[in-house]
Amino acid sequence: MSVEQHGTKTGTTGTAHAHGELAHEGHDHGHHELPFWKKYIFSVDHKVIGIQYAVTALLFLFFGFSLMMMMRWQLAYPGRAMPLFGKLFSENVMPGGVMAPEFYNQLGAMHGTIMVFLGVVPLAVGGFGNFVMPLQIGAPDMAFPRLNLLSYWVFVPGGIIMLASFLMPGGAAQSGWTSYPPLAVIASSGQTAWLFGMVCLITSSLLGSINFIVTIVQMRAKGLTFWRLPFFVHAQLVTSFLLLLAFPPLEAAGILQLMDRLAGTSFFMPTGLVVSGEALKIAGGGSPLLWQHLFWFLAHPEVYVLILPAIGIVAEVLANNTRKPLWGYRLLVYSVIFLGFMSFVVWAHHMFMTGMGTTMSTFFQTTTMIISVPSVIVLTCFLMSLYGGNIRFNTPMLFATAFLPMFAIGGLTGLPLGLTASDIYLHDTFYVIGHFHYVVAPGTLFALFAGIYYWYPKATGRQMNSMLGKIHFWWSFVSINFVFMPMFFQGMAGLSRRLYDPTVYAHGRGVQPLNVVISWAAWSLGLAQIPFIINFFISLKNGARVAENPWNATTLEWSAPSPPGHGNFLTEPIVYREPYEYSVPGAAQDFSPQFVAEA
Amino acid sequence: MDETKYGWWLPMDVSVHGHRIDQLISVVHWFMLLLFVGWGIFFVYCLINFRARDGHKAIYDPVKGIFTKYIEVAVVVVEVFVLFGLSTPVWFAYKNHPPAEKDAVTIKLVAEQFAWNFHYAGKDGKFGRTDSSLMSGDNPLGMDPDSPEGKDDIVTVNQMHIPVNKPVIVEITSKDVIHSFNIPVLRVKQDTIPGQRIPIWFEATQTGHFELACAQLCGLGHYRMRADVLIDSPEDYAKWEADNTPPPAEAPAAQAPTDTPAPAPEAAPEKK
Repeated sequence: MSVEQHGTKTGTTGTAHAHGELAHEGHDHGHHELPFWKKYIFSVDHKVIGIQYAVTALLFLFFGFSLMMMMRWQLAYPGRAMPLFGKLFSENVMPGGVMAPEFYNQLGAMHGTIMVFLGVVPLAVGGFGNFVMPLQIGAPDMAFPRLNLLSYWVFVPGGIIMLASFLMPGGAAQSGWTSYPPLAVIASSGQTAWLFGMVCLITSSLLGSINFIVTIVQMRAKGLTFWRLPFFVHAQLVTSFLLLLAFPPLEAAGILQLMDRLAGTSFFMPTGLVVSGEALKIAGGGSPLLWQHLFWFLAHPEVYVLILPAIGIVAEVLANNTRKPLWGYRLLVYSVIFLGFMSFVVWAHHMFMTGMGTTMSTFFQTTTMIISVPSVIVLTCFLMSLYGGNIRFNTPMLFATAFLPMFAIGGLTGLPLGLTASDIYLHDTFYVIGHFHYVVAPGTLFALFAGIYYWYPKATGRQMNSMLGKIHFWWSFVSINFVFMPMFFQGMAGLSRRLYDPTVYAHGRGVQPLNVVISWAAWSLGLAQIPFIINFFISLKNGARVAENPWNATTLEWSAPSPPGHGNFLTEPIVYREPYEYSVPGAAQDFSPQFVAEA
Repeated sequence: MDETKYGWWLPMDVSVHGHRIDQLISVVHWFMLLLFVGWGIFFVYCLINFRARDGHKAIYDPVKGIFTKYIEVAVVVVEVFVLFGLSTPVWFAYKNHPPAEKDAVTIKLVAEQFAWNFHYAGKDGKFGRTDSSLMSGDNPLGMDPDSPEGKDDIVTVNQMHIPVNKPVIVEITSKDVIHSFNIPVLRVKQDTIPGQRIPIWFEATQTGHFELACAQLCGLGHYRMRADVLIDSPEDYAKWEADNTPPPAEAPAAQAPTDTPAPAPEAAPEKK
C-alpha cells in the first residue's frame, strides 16, 4: 500500500482503525521506498507539507526583510549612494547606486505583500497548522491530503510570480500592499503580476482552510472533545473560518481589478480621470472606494489570521513552561471565537479619512473598541497564567514571554487609531507602522520563533542549541524595539508613511535622526538572525537527540515518535483529560499527559 | 520656515478644533501607559517570583478569577468613556458643524500627481466654470476661458494662502489617483478621491508658514508632493488676493500668477 493511498483512505474513512496497521517509526519502514519526488516534493503527508510551507515561508520572510533593509538605507541617508549593494543593481532602479523613488515604492509594496501573504500566513497556518494540528488532535493526516498537496503547489507559483514581477518592464508592483485604484490600475505591468500572484495565494489559502476545518471537526482522536482541544487547535479553527469567509471577496476584487487593467472595465475607475494632463480613455463610472471596502473586508480579518495562530503557539509554550494549566482556558476559547466574529465588522476603521459621515464612523469605531475587549482578555489570561507557575526560561519560553509585552504595545497603540478623532491626526503616519509592526513583528513573529524552537525536536528528533537560541532572542529583542519604538515618535510628529525622502518636510527633518537609529537597529536585527540560521541547520545533524516528549508536555503530538512516521502514532491515541494538566495535586510528576490513562 | 516648530511629539496646533484632538490623544496615551505599567509590574513580578528553581513548585490552581474581572470592567469603562465621552463628540462637533459659507473662505482643491492646485473664487466670490476635458499642462484645473465668473479667479500651485481667524472651507478632489490632504499643524487630514468632491474645514488661530503633505501613496513622486501653507493676517491676505487677481483684460484666467512657484517640489522649501 502506498503512502498516497493511505492518505486518501484515512481521509475518507476517518481516524481510528487505520492507526494500528499503518503506524510505524521510520518513513519507509515496512513499505517499499517512494521515489524522492513523491516523498519530499509532491508529498501528501501533512508533516512534509508543513515543513515545506515553513521553510518556504522562512525564506520569503528573510527576503521580504531584506527588501526593507535596503529601504532603510534610503530612509536613513536619503539620496546617498548605497555602499556595496548599490552597484549590484541596474541603472534603472539604482542610478549611480542611489535608489530611485519608483524602486523604493516597489520594495515597499513587495515588503508588505511578501511578509503578510508569503511569510507569516504560510508559516503560521501552512507550516504550524499543517504540521502540528493533526498531531495535536491525534489524526494520522489531514482529511484531504491531496488538497493539502494542491494548496502548497498553488502557493509556490503565487510566490514565484510575485518574485518574478521584479523582472517585468517597469518592475514589480509599486502601489503598496493595499493596491488602491486608480493608482494600481494605471500602474506598470508589475501590478498585473501582483494580482495574478494574489489570486494563486488566495486560492491556496482557501483550499487549506477547508481542509483544516474538516480535519478538526471530523478527525479528532477518541475522547478529544472540543473542550479538551489544545488551544492552538481552537486558534487554527477560528483562523480557518476567517480565511474561508474573508478571502473570497478579495479574490473577486482582485479579478475585478485585473479586468480593469486588462479588459478595459471600470469597476474601480470613476469618470473624468486625467493622468499627466491626458484624459484616460476608459468607460468610467466605477468607484475607487469599492476596492477599499472589498480589500479591507479581507484585510482586517487577515490581521487576526496573522495573530490568532501566534496566540495559539504562545498558549502552548506558556502552559508547558509555567508547569500549570492555562488560566481561563475556556475564556480564551470564547475570546478568540468572539475576536473572529468581530473581525468582520471593523474593516472600515481603515477608511475613516475617506470622507465618512458620523453615523458610519461611530459604528466602526464602536466595533473597534468592542474588539479590543477580547484582546485584553487574551492578554490578561496569559499574564494570569504566569502567576503561581514554576517558570522555565528555555528558548521557546523566552520568545513566548516577550510576545506578551510586545503584543500589549501593539494592541494598545491601536486605540488612538481606532478612535476617529485621534485618527484624523495619526492616520497614515509612522504611528500606524509602529502599531501594526508591534503586532506582527515582535508579536506574531516572536511567537512563530517560539513555535519553531518548541516543535523543532518533534519535527527532526533533535534539539536546537539553546545558547545560540538565547543569543538570537536577546539580540533580536533589543534590536526590534529600537526599530519600532521610535516610529511612534515619528508618527506623533506627523510624518507620513511611504515617503521615499522624509527630509522633504520640515516635520520630517525634525525626526530624521530617529531614522538613522531605526535603520541601524534594523540591520542589527538582520544580523541577529544569523545565529538562528546557523542553529536551524547545524542542529539537523548535531543537535542533541530527543525522545518523543523532551519538554515533558501534555498534548498529543508528544506521544508520537520524534519525528513521527507516516500515520503519526504507533498506537491509536486515546484522550483522557484536558490539555494542560500540569502540576496536578497528588500526581507523581508535574505533568499528566492527555494520552496517559493513569497519571 | 521655522524648523523649531517640529519636535518628537505633536507639533504646535494652530487650529480652532485641534486642541480637542490633542486632548484625546493625550488622554488615550495616559490610559495606555497606565495599563501597560500596571501589566508590566505584574508581569515582571511573576517572572521573578515564579521562576523555576530548586524546591519551587507550580500551583495547579493559584487564582480564582475574581480580581481580573475588575480589570476587564475598568478597561471597558475607560473605553466607553473615551469612545462616547471624547472621541465621538469631538468628531461630531468637528465634522457635523461646517461653517456658514458666507462667513468662510472657500477654496477648491484639485490634487494631481504630484501637485496641489488651489482655485480661489477671487473678488466676485464666484468660481469660474471648470471642465476636466479642458485640463492640460498649462490649465491644470480645466478652467473655461469663456466663463465670466472665472475672469478674476486665482489659481495657485503648491501654495495655499489662507487668512487667520476666519473659517476656511476646502472642497477637495483629485483628477487622477487618491491623495490625502494633510496639514499636521491644522490637525486636518482628508483623502482626495477622484470622482468625489469632499468639503473639509478649519480655522487657523495664528499666522505663519507651514506645510501640507500628501498622506496617501500616490506614485513615485508621493514623497515630494508638498505645498506651502501660508496663514496670513487679514491685511496680508487681502494684499495677496489683490496682487494676484489677473488684470481684467486679455490675460487668460487660468494662467498661474507670477509669484506662484512652478511645481518644482524638489527645490528645498525656502525660509520665509
